[in-house]
Amino acid sequence: MDSPIDRAAIKTPDGIARRIRGLSDRTIAWIFVAPTIFLLLAVNIFPLIWTIRLSFTDFRVNRPNNAIEWVGLRNYERILTDPDIWATMQATAHFLIWTLVLQVLIGFTLAFLINMKFKGNDLWTTIIVFPMMLSPAVVGNFWTFLYQPQIGLFNYAVAFVTGADPASFSMIGDVNLAPWAIVIADTWMWTPFVMLICLAGLRSIPDSIYEAAECDRASKWRQFWTITLPLALPFLMLAVLFRGIENFKMFDLVVQLTGGGPGNTTTLTSIDLKREAFEKWRTGYSSAYAVILFVTVFGLASIYVKALNKVKER
Amino acid sequence: MSFSVTEPSRGTKWFAGLLVVGYAIITLIPLLWIVATGFKSPTDSIAYPPIVVFEPTLEGYVNLFTDRTRATPEMLEAAGPPTTWYEEITRNRGTVISGPSRYGERFLNSVIIGFGSTALTMILGTAAAYAFSRFRVPLKDDLLFFILSTRMMPPIAVAIPIFLMFRNLGLNDTHLGMILLYTAVNLSLSVWLLKGFIDEIPIEYEEAALIDGYTRFQAFYKVVLPQAATGIASTAIFCLIFAWNEYAFAVLLTSGTAQTAPPFIPTIIGTSGKDWPAVAAGATIFLVPVMVFTVLLRKHLLRGITFGAVRK
Repeated sequence: MDSPIDRAAIKTPDGIARRIRGLSDRTIAWIFVAPTIFLLLAVNIFPLIWTIRLSFTDFRVNRPNNAIEWVGLRNYERILTDPDIWATMQATAHFLIWTLVLQVLIGFTLAFLINMKFKGNDLWTTIIVFPMMLSPAVVGNFWTFLYQPQIGLFNYAVAFVTGADPASFSMIGDVNLAPWAIVIADTWMWTPFVMLICLAGLRSIPDSIYEAAECDRASKWRQFWTITLPLALPFLMLAVLFRGIENFKMFDLVVQLTGGGPGNTTTLTSIDLKREAFEKWRTGYSSAYAVILFVTVFGLASIYVKALNKVKER
Repeated sequence: MSFSVTEPSRGTKWFAGLLVVGYAIITLIPLLWIVATGFKSPTDSIAYPPIVVFEPTLEGYVNLFTDRTRATPEMLEAAGPPTTWYEEITRNRGTVISGPSRYGERFLNSVIIGFGSTALTMILGTAAAYAFSRFRVPLKDDLLFFILSTRMMPPIAVAIPIFLMFRNLGLNDTHLGMILLYTAVNLSLSVWLLKGFIDEIPIEYEEAALIDGYTRFQAFYKVVLPQAATGIASTAIFCLIFAWNEYAFAVLLTSGTAQTAPPFIPTIIGTSGKDWPAVAAGATIFLVPVMVFTVLLRKHLLRGITFGAVRK
């Protein structure tokens, strides 16, 4: 609250204040903020409240003439006791954990290597960043082509390295492989994100610390574990937070890649929610589902941010 | 050359560079494959083993932009010789062009909705960010946090009530509806980012302008806006890329008139099986502008993707 402008505004002498013609600051502030607030209320807050309201009803969009009945907490009860939902949650957890592990490992390694400041590192950093800027739906759709048995480039590359027959496995058709197919595509797409944040973390460590460690004859290995990693950790955790939230919401890339199949092996929560809301049209039920997801993300993120702040304070 | 104990040795740098370049090349292969497939003939595109050297053709691009019907030799005879290069390509496949495809419209929709929502976001966002940065706004911190937290919601969850609301207002499948929706989604990012950029402009500039007799409005657009130009430009590119790439809302809320390219490209199919060169051609045209923007944005990339949490 104590920004420079607040202090400046208080200190402005009367003589100058009188010379500022036109609208008062207070009015301008409101004119500037009001449209944004209005739009956010209309498109963010209002729908949220509506969702919460709907979650206590048995409303169905495709049957607008049916009387809407209040069902209390029945939707919530049914979701939380449904074994299919827990299977979906497991698929999401598998996706979330493995993408985070791979992206953190590869992303941090890349950032560490780029931070060696070899010639042309800026150019290569920009090239590496390309995949994450592109449309996940369009790219995900094209990955189904790379994953084709026999003709797909991915299968060909795997076959080339392992000597297996490229027609013998289907990444998106096989129950055991499909969960990995989405992990691989997501890792390809989003590792640069983790890399960029880690790179910022590594660059924020002052050289003087390493110089002091060199004087103390600390080995490079020791320097990494006692200086580099602890100081870059808040950044790494921030990257995990962003990727965690994004991948919990994951829809476009995966729906284009596997559509949730085969069976329900890659049905992440967002895909399941889409089926309930826009294919089965169980609006009340899916609203309760949405509320549960929101509370889950919000709760987990809040706990995580607390932990992050603790690490920062150290 | 100055000597530093912390500088890695030449050998180490070489090795690091080699690994990074290796990763970059591997990560680029899928993208290069998209571009290359766009210039392949359908038979080349599904050849085994995958071929790297091929005779380039524009067939994929012609198929992307046209609808074609199969024609008998007599019909082709009657139609006379092809008059344009693209007709010649389709004739060789025994088809005639029956009209333009939907891709052009869908691409144009992406342009209209992308630029429309970006312009609106920037007008509203810059004003709001300025107010948040310079004035006492009640509940400022809560408001900013709330704006951010709306992004935690999965788009599908938000889409349910928005779908109902738009249906009641007649905004389903309209350009205006999509522009308003993307503006609202982008506002959270842009207000947050722009506030950071404006915070960095020294307050003394405006004070000087105010003392010189400028009104607040004049100080805002004659002093602050030019100073924040780079920040505004990079924020605008971020908003544009988001609207450009967005899929979940587009697939649920649009079907015809206002459908953008991302939900459309995966639905491109050929006359016999999936026409991968056409899909790849559509993807190439759609993805290349974003790559150009990424190069332009590279200095502010980090700030944009982390909501300004990390500034370089």
